[in-house]
Amino acid sequence: MTAETINNDTSTKLQSNLKDAIEKKKFAITCEIGPPKGADDKEIRETGEMLRGLADAINVTDLQSSVMRLGSLATCHILKEMGLDPIFQVTCRDRNRLALQSDLLSAHVMGIRNVLALTGDYTTTGDDPQAKPVFDLDSVQLLWAIKRLEEGYDIAGKELTVKPSFFKGAVVNPGADTEASYELQLIKMQKKIDQGAQFFQTQAVFDADVFERFMERISKMNMNVPVLIGIILLKSHKMANYMNKFVPGVFVPEPIIKKMEETEDKVSMCLEIAAELINKVKPICAGAHIQALGWESHVPSLLKKLDID
Amino acid sequence: MILTEQKPIEEILERLNGENKIFILNCGGCPEGADTGGIKVINYLKEELEKKGKKITGSVSIDFLCQKALLRSRLRTRKKEIEESDSILVLSCGLGVQTSAAVISKICHPALNTITFGGITGMWQGTERCATCGDCVLDYTGGICPYTACPKELLNLGCAGQSNGKCETDPERDCGWELIYYRLKSIGQLDKLKEFIPPRDYSKMLPSAKLRKTNLWALDEEVV
Ligand code: SF4
Repeated sequence: MTAETINNDTSTKLQSNLKDAIEKKKFAITCEIGPPKGADDKEIRETGEMLRGLADAINVTDLQSSVMRLGSLATCHILKEMGLDPIFQVTCRDRNRLALQSDLLSAHVMGIRNVLALTGDYTTTGDDPQAKPVFDLDSVQLLWAIKRLEEGYDIAGKELTVKPSFFKGAVVNPGADTEASYELQLIKMQKKIDQGAQFFQTQAVFDADVFERFMERISKMNMNVPVLIGIILLKSHKMANYMNKFVPGVFVPEPIIKKMEETEDKVSMCLEIAAELINKVKPICAGAHIQALGWESHVPSLLKKLDID
Repeated sequence: MILTEQKPIEEILERLNGENKIFILNCGGCPEGADTGGIKVINYLKEELEKKGKKITGSVSIDFLCQKALLRSRLRTRKKEIEESDSILVLSCGLGVQTSAAVISKICHPALNTITFGGITGMWQGTERCATCGDCVLDYTGGICPYTACPKELLNLGCAGQSNGKCETDPERDCGWELIYYRLKSIGQLDKLKEFIPPRDYSKMLPSAKLRKTNLWALDEEVV
């Protein structure tokens, strides 16, 4: 493709599978790829192939858990080249506003159309706690900045030659555990919508009641945006206990832990738990965001268990 | 001496939007030296506020606002004027604003930006922390500094990393945004959280040429 055709292409219609799926009220499925720690694209291509035709779009994490690894932008580019629809996850931890805006422009010229704006975990939670945390912007300001780029201006108000356009997502945690954090999550969600968020993916949920209460609450607050429920494939009861202890906002109820502990066939039980939850909440949300965490090869069987087309 | 700079009057008025009765609290410490506080500045602000139809319920100068015990006792005699007001306009560094917000159940608006501590921290005796960011936002956050209370320095509410009220970075540390939430709730100002705060201006962290000519820098000059 010449530079010219790229420009023409990018300045016109926004092509996003995910957006189409959501707009057509199809139950959207997104999956996730966590880039490897190394200059290695093989695994990405393999996982991408595995998810072809199953996921409407694929999230690519941005130095997930503050661990230095292959970048989200390059990985999204590879997926895009493979004809898949990536979701470029962007956190505020590692780049100041200049780099963030620049990467967004770069994403756009590579044909990447979905972005997910996140704050990012703190540097000390990762594998190099000595790194300098940036957090020049927060996630709400990042969405605001993307909106400005789409309007043809950068944060400083300087004009762009060609405007990018994105399908913009954000995250929310329905399982926040204190009054303050729950209310703050809700107000922050509204702020994200005000600044242009068009879809939400939630932190992993294991309890349908928690999700239902959350959806009721946001509908009462008139936040009518598509929400994809976050699903983590639970591999063992140990993993559940670990998450209950260390992952903020994630809570695996006791009966589920027990089921995983007692089963002989972890994979089937894991898929059964996930399918049951998704089928239950399907009528009240726009889709599911499935984090397979290495069990991508089981995603096809999971999807077969869902009552979706 | 802590160096402060007055916020542009437009910004002060914007922050006081919708609040008609104002009590002015002046720190007789560092702002006097930096020429950002004192009777002249109080009178100027009174006049500007009155021009906009606001009523000044009272004003007081206390040295030092960052001395919590002193502040508490000196404010006792001003209870009525403070109760009558919608909000407090504070002429002090970030520490003084935070101390004021901790002892007064009203929104405390910073009238000044804090540029640098210049090696001292006043009569500061408390848990308050000021980052000398030069762009004070303490009235948005109930007088608790989001830059020092939250390691990610988040401006538009906390992250999803908090757990049981504690910060993602340290289970022993309170999540700053939890503190901000409860402070704003206690003074009936939760609506403040809905406001979008644009990115911070980091260029304000550099002291201006004018400030560099003050007595703090003069100390290092060879010839006076
Ligand atoms: S947990 Fe609270 S204090 Fe800690 S980084 Fe997140 S918002 Fe800031």
